[in-house]
Amino acid sequence: MHSTITNHADAAIDFNLDEPRVDWHDKTLWFIREKRDMASHNIPEWEELREYASQIKNNVLSNLSQYLQEFEEKAKANGIIVHWAADAEEHNKIVHSILQKHNIDRMVKSKSMLTEECGLNEYLEANGVEVIDTDLGERIVQLAKEPPSHIVLPCIHKKKEEIGELFHQYLGTEKGASDPKYLTAAAREHLRETFLTRRAALTGVNFAIAETGEFVVSTNEGNADMGAHLADVHIACMGIEKVLPKQHHLGVFLRLLARSATGQPITTYSSHFKVPQPHQEMHIVFVDNGRSVHLGKDDFRNSLKCIRCAACMNTCPVYRRSGGHSYHNAVAGPIGSILTPNFDMRANKDLPFASTLCGSCSNVCPVKIDIHDQLYKWRQVLMKEGLGPTTKNASMKMMGWVLSKPALYDISGKAARLVLKYTPFVVSNKLNPWYKQREMPAPPKESFKEWYKKNRS
Amino acid sequence: MSSRENILKEVLKNQPPDRALPVIDVAVTTTHAEWIEALKVRLDILHVTVHEVADYSAIKTILQQEAIPQERTVTTIEALSDVSTYIDSVKEDAHSLEDVDLAIIPAHFGVAENGAMWVTDSLIQYRVLPFITQQLAVVVSKNNIVYNMHQAYEKIAGTNYDFGVFIAGPSKTADIEQSLVLGAHGPKGMTLFLLG
Repeated sequence: MHSTITNHADAAIDFNLDEPRVDWHDKTLWFIREKRDMASHNIPEWEELREYASQIKNNVLSNLSQYLQEFEEKAKANGIIVHWAADAEEHNKIVHSILQKHNIDRMVKSKSMLTEECGLNEYLEANGVEVIDTDLGERIVQLAKEPPSHIVLPCIHKKKEEIGELFHQYLGTEKGASDPKYLTAAAREHLRETFLTRRAALTGVNFAIAETGEFVVSTNEGNADMGAHLADVHIACMGIEKVLPKQHHLGVFLRLLARSATGQPITTYSSHFKVPQPHQEMHIVFVDNGRSVHLGKDDFRNSLKCIRCAACMNTCPVYRRSGGHSYHNAVAGPIGSILTPNFDMRANKDLPFASTLCGSCSNVCPVKIDIHDQLYKWRQVLMKEGLGPTTKNASMKMMGWVLSKPALYDISGKAARLVLKYTPFVVSNKLNPWYKQREMPAPPKESFKEWYKKNRS
Repeated sequence: MSSRENILKEVLKNQPPDRALPVIDVAVTTTHAEWIEALKVRLDILHVTVHEVADYSAIKTILQQEAIPQERTVTTIEALSDVSTYIDSVKEDAHSLEDVDLAIIPAHFGVAENGAMWVTDSLIQYRVLPFITQQLAVVVSKNNIVYNMHQAYEKIAGTNYDFGVFIAGPSKTADIEQSLVLGAHGPKGMTLFLLG
């Protein structure tokens, strides 16, 4: 939606031009994966918690219409105004109409991947409403006029020197200054002034509880609370899959979420919004945007269990070495690659192929989504629809033909070994995608078949 | 048909057959004394200063020595009203709290495994108070420490609040190259008084 390059492999080539930077990106994310491991290993019942979370989410998906109605009823009784949006456009119009009703043309927003998915900022700006993102990472990418590259760490792709330059340009910090403490302090001053002067705040929703009609928002910075409590109007936007049946289920999910995301045992703030303040209006916007159709797909509905922790992104060897922007969607990485084809199979046909199918994503997922199986299943669907990569089509056909003829297979193998030995430049060139970023291996002296004949007879 | 009816109809049509909810049963084998120790270790990691105190007069002594020189301090604890400005109800616009240097508030209980303190609106009067203040001090009774989040929600079940929040340390961010910085938007530091 944001990027002009809509093919993962092409975008990854750009990302890989600066090798030391790719190594840095890779290591930074792996460090977070290691923190996640330490935090999860501290809890003896970690695997039980994953199983509970998975079962609760399965129950949610199988009773979603009832839970949505139960939540709506309780939230209304608590004094919250509830809206329903069929798609991104209706969501954006609802938010705009609430602001118009209150004559508000400036709003603060805390992190919400849903509003990224809906393109809310662009819509509001086109309608004369200024939106300021208040999560530090999101503010940085907003100033850089880029989308977030990671759902938990929006500016993980940016170096502190680049952030220093942006802040010098927009917030008047000293030229060349790049100390994270100094830059964070500058953002704090700039955003405190913003919080104090805005009458509307928009937040995302991590969990909504059908039993009580309350919703929970998790942040480390406190930006959701600074915005929401100081504003006359609080708008919370959520995908319909975010509802949980019971309040005590939060015990399971709040233990899993931050440990999976950053290795913290919990985020600094887990705020439970239930009843608006006396002077305040509180709105919830339920957004479908393809989710109800997605729910009907047996092979793929599981991905709706996602709690947006990004553990699958941090662990993914492809994500770490291609960067979030190469997935050209608000939600990148393995989970993005199985969510986005549900919304638009053609636009996201490249993403299920942006994986080695190593399965690490499924192993770290706190709600046990079968991510790598779904990547594989999407490939089947895409090939059947004729949307697979064209080079893959041709090479698969060629391979099928060779494999069906044993004599030809032997000759091809021998030829390939000779080529690798005497004329390596034939494969070690830019036309061979396997040569990019790596050396070709030394060819074996003989085929397995030849070795077997010699050694077993 | 409205979007609401359309969405609910489509969801009902596509939702799979019922899958049962699990019964959550996580055993806690450690003792209360061990939870207190675990809490202190966790708070240290979270950069929270901990004072174990016998009573409110001990809290006052520490506040006067270390914190009260701050220009504007407020508290929602009546027992501390002689050392800090006592707030017992919402009287003015919450924006007037923008220059609070230190807020001293009580918590219902704390959670040892993650250092989180459960606070609801009736304990703080102004919802924005624990966020807008430059420094935060929280008072919690040692008897009110649980080990994990399952026990926490057992305590919360059936209680009344309009807004509630778990607070685990000062506001922070690591958005710039993963460098931890305290004081992103909310408090730059936090002190916990463990009472009793």
